[in-house]
Amino acid sequence: MTALLHVEGLGKRFGGFVALDGIELEVQDGERLGLIGPNGSGKSTLVNCICGTLRNETGSVSFAGEKLDGLLASQRTHRGLARSFQLPRPFASLSLAENLRIPILYAVNARSTGRLAGAAIDARCRDLLGEVGLAGKADRLPRDLTQIEMRKLELARAMAAQPKLLIADEAMAGLSHAEVDEIIALLIRLNGQGVTVIMIEHIMRAVMEFSQRLAVLVAGKKIADGAPKEVVRNDEVVRAYLGE
Amino acid sequence: MRGGPFILVLIAVAAVIFGLARWLDNSYAFFVGYVVVQYIVLGTAWNILGGYTGYVNFGITAFFAIGAYSSVVLHKLVPAMPLPAMILVGGVMAGIVGIGTGYLTLRLRGVYFSIATLALAVVVQTLITNWDFVGGARGAYVLRPRTAPLIGGGYIDYLFLIMLGLCVISLATARAIERSSLGYGFAAIRDDEAAAEASGVPTLKLKLIATGLSGGFMGMAGAPLPFYVTYLDPSSGFSLNYAVNAIAMPLIGGTSTWLGPVVGAVLVGGLQEYLRVTISSAVNVLVAGVLMVVFVIIAPQGIVGLFKRKRQ
Repeated sequence: MTALLHVEGLGKRFGGFVALDGIELEVQDGERLGLIGPNGSGKSTLVNCICGTLRNETGSVSFAGEKLDGLLASQRTHRGLARSFQLPRPFASLSLAENLRIPILYAVNARSTGRLAGAAIDARCRDLLGEVGLAGKADRLPRDLTQIEMRKLELARAMAAQPKLLIADEAMAGLSHAEVDEIIALLIRLNGQGVTVIMIEHIMRAVMEFSQRLAVLVAGKKIADGAPKEVVRNDEVVRAYLGE
Repeated sequence: MRGGPFILVLIAVAAVIFGLARWLDNSYAFFVGYVVVQYIVLGTAWNILGGYTGYVNFGITAFFAIGAYSSVVLHKLVPAMPLPAMILVGGVMAGIVGIGTGYLTLRLRGVYFSIATLALAVVVQTLITNWDFVGGARGAYVLRPRTAPLIGGGYIDYLFLIMLGLCVISLATARAIERSSLGYGFAAIRDDEAAAEASGVPTLKLKLIATGLSGGFMGMAGAPLPFYVTYLDPSSGFSLNYAVNAIAMPLIGGTSTWLGPVVGAVLVGGLQEYLRVTISSAVNVLVAGVLMVVFVIIAPQGIVGLFKRKRQ
């Protein structure tokens, strides 16, 4: 079986700073992968390179058997990649329902299968908002939302693109215990519907509960990859997090 | 209201306005009407890029003058060419320049984009000033026919009718954009370009559509200008008034809907004309400037925004 996402020898530098160095990563179809690492280890840069927001200098990214190199972020979204942003970036002048309309119009309808029109789009927006518990605020603007609602909107917008692979970039930072549980449940439910999920997170409880496999980035290098329980006992990982 | 009926209503309104002007039979009414309607077209064109897509264009005069000067060129080469054809050519030329500008500035956001468009206006003005064929700094005379083709009466009647037609086309286009997926894509770009791209919006393509349409309509608004003024020189064709008014009118009326530039142009254009006649011919720029400052501070959503908020 070929992997859904295949990252090969990926490298990215910012001037003299090496942000990512020869990253190898495979994600199988339907998997739940946790990606952890200290601040500044290159997690978000990796997401940006996979999704096309940044261009990697070396290596390549393949998705569903197709090389993505040179494609724009929007073209990658058309092919079934979706991401949420670390800091929520809603479309501020559009209502919540309209926020979800954008990926439906531009990602779902750009594919040859399952074009939606008119009332079907409205229904789909409301369904998605219902799934994340925001159905009552469909006509409100993002500025009326609380922090957790903003995160949910961010995830709902990524889900609206009907991705094969969803990358949740620190969707839980700053949330309470109960709110973290809510988001985990949401992501696991999504995974149950057949969406592969990569979760980037600092909250170890969430990562351990969610991940079937765990990869660790430190200073732009992947130092561990495997079963979560073994990875967190790995000497190198312990050293990276706690020091000698 | 659907697109079809909306266009019919626009045409009906334009017909009534034109009928009214004919009934008044006062050439001054036509001259004033032309200016106001020209600003509706110019403001609507600016709004497609500035209001819907969030890219503030200061280089309005570049596109406007490209339209005007392409008419000067065509008039010299093919004097018999009908005005609508000239407008089409002027619009296409300005549209191409618009797409080119969009492509060259695609990495520029916010104020840097605005500065680049300002530079474009200076570059185009310098080129025209040094182009002898269109009169250079001396300017060019364009003799307009004494009577209007097809409809009879003065030629200004015809110019006004043409401008009303352009106005109908530009408003119908703007409203169609608002209600289409294109409008949603523009709004997504305006709010957050990176998030738009991540949601599958092909931001580069949409930006080029916006700069092309916006530039094209500005060029079309400028194409009949040589026949209106009969003498066109760079300092009048590239006058700051056009740029200030084309930005001020949508801002004052409201940038979120097609109605905003209409309200702004009628109000500001009308007021300017009134003050020009009653007080002084130099006070009109002041009006636009002061009103723009006032509205940006107390009603950033414009007049249309004020009414919308009341309804909610």
